Amino acid sequence: MNTAPTPTPSNAAPRQRKPIEIIHAGLKKRHAAEMRFRLYGLIAISMGILFIGILFTTILGNATTAFQQTRIKLDIVVDAQMLDPDGKRDPEVLSSANYGAIVKASMNRLFPDVTSRRDQRELNELVSQGATYTLREMVMADTDLLGRTVTLWVPADDDVDMLMKGHMDRDAAEENRRLKDNQLAWLDRLEKDGRLEKHFNVDFFTNGDSREPEIAGIWGGVVGTFYTLALTLLFSFPLGVAAAVYLEEFAPHNRWTDLIEVNINNLAAVPSIVFGLLGLAVFINFFGLPRSVPLVGSLVLTLLVLPTIIIASRAALKSVPPSIREAALGVGASPLQTVTLHVLPLALPGMLTGAIIGMAHALGETAPLLMIGMVAFIVDIPKGIFDPAAVLPVQIFLWADSPERAFVEKTSAAIVVLLAFLMVMNALAVILRKRFERRW
Amino acid sequence: MNKTSFVDSSVKMAPVAGSTATVSRDKRETVGDIRVDHPRVRCNNVNVYYGDKHAIHNINLDVGNNEIIALIGPSGCGKTTFLRCLNRMNDTIKGCRVEGEILMEGQNINAREVDVVPLRARVGMVFQKPNPFPKSIFENVAFGPRIHGLAQGKADLEEIVVTSLQKAGLWTEVKDRLEEPGTGLSGGQQQRLCIARTIAVQPEVILMDEPCSALDPIATAKIEELMAELREQYSICIVTHSMQQAARVSQRTAFFHLGDLIEVGETEQIFVAPTHQLTEDYITGRFG
Repeated sequence: MNTAPTPTPSNAAPRQRKPIEIIHAGLKKRHAAEMRFRLYGLIAISMGILFIGILFTTILGNATTAFQQTRIKLDIVVDAQMLDPDGKRDPEVLSSANYGAIVKASMNRLFPDVTSRRDQRELNELVSQGATYTLREMVMADTDLLGRTVTLWVPADDDVDMLMKGHMDRDAAEENRRLKDNQLAWLDRLEKDGRLEKHFNVDFFTNGDSREPEIAGIWGGVVGTFYTLALTLLFSFPLGVAAAVYLEEFAPHNRWTDLIEVNINNLAAVPSIVFGLLGLAVFINFFGLPRSVPLVGSLVLTLLVLPTIIIASRAALKSVPPSIREAALGVGASPLQTVTLHVLPLALPGMLTGAIIGMAHALGETAPLLMIGMVAFIVDIPKGIFDPAAVLPVQIFLWADSPERAFVEKTSAAIVVLLAFLMVMNALAVILRKRFERRW
Repeated sequence: MNKTSFVDSSVKMAPVAGSTATVSRDKRETVGDIRVDHPRVRCNNVNVYYGDKHAIHNINLDVGNNEIIALIGPSGCGKTTFLRCLNRMNDTIKGCRVEGEILMEGQNINAREVDVVPLRARVGMVFQKPNPFPKSIFENVAFGPRIHGLAQGKADLEEIVVTSLQKAGLWTEVKDRLEEPGTGLSGGQQQRLCIARTIAVQPEVILMDEPCSALDPIATAKIEELMAELREQYSICIVTHSMQQAARVSQRTAFFHLGDLIEVGETEQIFVAPTHQLTEDYITGRFG
C-alpha cells in the first residue's frame, strides 16, 4: 500500500492547510527579512565609505598646502671679511661664523628706508631661521662663494607662509594677528617685486624635524620608520614562523602547549604601552641599549607583533590539508622534510598576510615607543639603527602637539606620507604573496 | 582492458540459501589460516587504542610475498587502523597507541626505537583520496627518491621517474606534460600518480586504503589491473568496501568486525564458503 491517504470531506478536521499554503503565507515575511538584512549591510558599507571619504578629503585638503612653501628671493653678499676674517678657510671658523648677520644685511638692503632697530627686527622676522642654515651649508660645501653675491630663494617665516596660503586674516585688528601692518606692507612690496613666491616644498621631504615649521621635514621620520620596521620584520617573521611551526607541527599536545597557546592569544590583546614598559625595563635598563634608537624600537614592536604573526601562521599551517602531510610522510619524508618541502610553501601566503597585518599594526604604533624615548625631538636624519630616530606616527603626534599654525598642514602631510608608506608596504607584500602563491 | 564486467565478478557470491557457516556469531576468535610460509609481514597480538577506546583487539595476521590481501568489513571495524599500523602512520594520530609485535624480516617495526623514515620507504602507502603534491607530475614522483637520495644524478632520477610512471600505467598519458601540475590530472590519473610516487622508492609492501572509493568504474578497473601487475614485485595490502573488488583482485581476504579479525582465508573460500556466520552475513549483505 503506497497510495497517499486522502482526507475525505466527511472525516476531515476543520480545514487543514496544505504545507505549500503555509509556506506561501510565510514567504513574504521571509523575503522582507532578507531585504532588511541586505539594507543593513548596505548602510554599514556606505557609512564606512562615507567616513573614509571624509577622512581622506580633510587630510588631503589640509595636506596639499604643506607641499608648497613661501620663499623670499634674496641677493646675499657672502662677505668674506665677516665670515672668514683670517682667510684660512678653516671649516671650524666657517661653521661658527655669523651667517645670520649676512642674511639680515641682505634683507635690510632691500628696504633701505627701514632704519629703526625695532623695525629692522620686525623686518628680519619675515625670513626664516632656515635661511641661515642653508647659507652655511652652501658656503661650507663651496668656499669659492666667499666674497661673491648669490641669489637665493630662502624660506619665509611660517607666519608669512600662513599669510600667503590664506590662513591669516589680513583684515583682522593688528593686535589679533601675528604680522603687523608694517610687515604686511613690506611683504606686499616684496611680492610686487617678484621676490615672494610659493615654491614646491622640497625641504619637507628631505629635512629632519625642526622647531621652525617652515623647515621641518619628514625625512627623519621616514628613515627612522624604515629602519624600525625593517628590523621588526627581520626579528618577528622568522621568530613567529618558527614558533608557529613548532607549536603546530612538532610540539606534543599537552597541558604546557595549551598554556602557551592561551598565553599567546592573551599577549595579542595586551595594551601596547605595556610592551613599551617591558622594553624600557628589559632592553634599556637591563641590557643597557641606548634610548630612542630604532633597534630598541624594533625589539619592542617585535614583541607586539609576534602574537599576531604566530596566530596567523598557525592558522595558515592548519589550513594546509592533512592529506599533503600524510602523502609526504607516507613516502618516508621526515617530519622536518614534510614541513619545509610541502607544508611551509603552502602556508607561506597565509603567513605573509599575517606579517602584513602585524607590520601595519607596528607602523601605526606610538604608545610603546613613547616609553623607550622615541618621542624625543630629533633633528638629525638617523644614519643607522643605533642613531636616535623618530618614527612617522610619533612625528605626527609631535607636530599635532605644536602650537604653530603652520604645523597643522604639516601634520596632515605627514599622515599622507604615513598612508603612502603603508600602501607601498602592502603593495610589496601583495606582490610577494602572489609570487609564493601556487594556484594549483 | 579487463574484460570482466563490473557486476558479474569472476568469483560467484555464495547464495544465501546454501549456507556454509559453521561458527556461531558470538565467537570472536579468528578462524581460518592467519599464517603463511615466509611472510613479508607478521603481526602478533596487535592492539590499538585511541585514548581509552580499544579500537582493534589482538590481531594476528601474516602478509605473504607477492600476494594481495584484502581487508574487508563494515565501517568502523578497524581495517584502516590496522593497515596504518603496518607503516606506523598511526604515530601521527594524537592519542593513538599501538601494542603488539609487527615483524618484518624478524625485526619488530612497532618498537619505539625503530626509525619510521626507512620503514615508510619499505612500506609505501596509497590513500583513500588521491593526494598528489601541488607540484609538477615529475616532482611528485621524484620526491621520494630525492629525499632518500636513491638517484645518482639527474639522469638516474629521470629514469626512476619514467619507470615508476610506466609501472603505474600512467606514462603514455603524461609523458608530454611532466612539468604540469599533478593536481591537474583526473581523479584516476591522480591516484595512479600517487601509486607511481609510492613505487618510486621501491617499497616491499604497498598499503592501499580504499584506493578506488573516489574513482569512477573505468579508473577503478585501471587501478585493479595495475595492482595485478604490481603483485609480481610487491606485497599489497588493500582495504576496500567493495566486496567485488576484494574478490577480483586479492588472493587472501581478512574480514574484520568491530575491532576483531573474524576470518581469514583464500579469497575464493571466503566468498564461496565462509566459515564464520558473521562473514557469511556480511558478504551476503545481511549487514554492513
